[in-house]
Amino acid sequence: MLHLSSWMTTLPMMLIGMVGIILVIGVIVLAVMLLNQVTRRK
Amino acid sequence: MNFLNTFASLFSNFGNLTWQMVVMWGIGALLIYLAIAKKMEPSLLLPMGFGAILVNLPLSGAITQGDTVGPISALFEAGMSNELFPLLLFIGIGAMIDFGPLLEKPWLMLFGAAAQFGIFFTLFLAGFFFDLKDAASIAVIGAADGPTAIFVANTLNSQYLGAIMVAAYSYMALVPIVQPPVIKLLTTQKERRIRMPYEKGNVSQLTKILFPIAVTIIAGMVAPASVALVGFLMFGNLLRECGVLNALSETAQNVLANLITIVLGLTVAGQMTADKFVRPDTLLILALGLVAFVFDTAGGVLFAKLLNLFLPEGKKLNPMIGAAGISAFPMSGRVVNKMGLEEDNQNFLLMYSISVNVSGQIASVIAGGLILTLMA
Repeated sequence: MLHLSSWMTTLPMMLIGMVGIILVIGVIVLAVMLLNQVTRRK
Repeated sequence: MNFLNTFASLFSNFGNLTWQMVVMWGIGALLIYLAIAKKMEPSLLLPMGFGAILVNLPLSGAITQGDTVGPISALFEAGMSNELFPLLLFIGIGAMIDFGPLLEKPWLMLFGAAAQFGIFFTLFLAGFFFDLKDAASIAVIGAADGPTAIFVANTLNSQYLGAIMVAAYSYMALVPIVQPPVIKLLTTQKERRIRMPYEKGNVSQLTKILFPIAVTIIAGMVAPASVALVGFLMFGNLLRECGVLNALSETAQNVLANLITIVLGLTVAGQMTADKFVRPDTLLILALGLVAFVFDTAGGVLFAKLLNLFLPEGKKLNPMIGAAGISAFPMSGRVVNKMGLEEDNQNFLLMYSISVNVSGQIASVIAGGLILTLMA
């Protein structure tokens, strides 16, 4: 049986999921850059 | 006469054999063949293949039937229904991964994020055919990461755990076949020939130690459902990097990972009983798994091409490295490097592709956690 109306739930999940993962990874990237700056040997 | 009846009763179980069980023997044999002859993820496909035969014998005592408690069902209750086995395996995986090259160039992690597109696209697609929980579980095949797929499918109580596992591990092993055509379709020869000279950076030991702690906190704050997955992966990595627990790190990488792998394969096979596996849905799940891998690859490559629009000449990226953002480590990183060398025998992409591949490991776990958070 096809759930033709499922896109109303799954499409927003797809968009939120992709934005969410890029944001989380973006924050991790910034955190690593910060760590690299702070712990860099002079 | 009595003797004959007794003798005949020895073979009465043959009457309980169904054609679906025989199909499962064939699938079990195929998995064993792929593991031994083709060396495709043998540590998992072999236990799964043997287990598939074991649990599909009529009235098999390996699984719980009626009042008889089977050992594989007991293992499932002990280590899978509470997600313990995949999490313990993650400690071993975390201890195996060297994040050093990735920490030198942390921006490469963005490709890991982009290459999770297949998961979310497959969720959208699978939603048309399955209810939401099963669709989300099937989508995580695109994590290209067996333990994450098991964890999510189990947490969401999916009825398709066996098929999802077979799809996840099979496609991971098939990365060298699945990815190249997609990469070639989305890139020009000129793009595939872009060289990316590698300059070694400098990462302190303190950064390597703080990294797993920072990732756990960040991922846990945004997607609390992922904190078990990310936390166990990062705990394993902390064992590796702390420098004072080498014996524990070695144990996690070898003994723990091997032990869990043995029971994990058999336990997953417990879900591959004919009544759950031999049905049209299984073929659909395998097809959706392929879609997930294809769109993961496309997501990574297209993200690199998008970045190239803004980068000056001479700084452009080889878009193939984006494809390594799927978590299938290290196959995907090697595939990209090999494709680079095929186009230009001096085009060494390995350091970039492996770094992106490692970032895919983190991103896929976080994506699994995001799926759980969105489903909550």
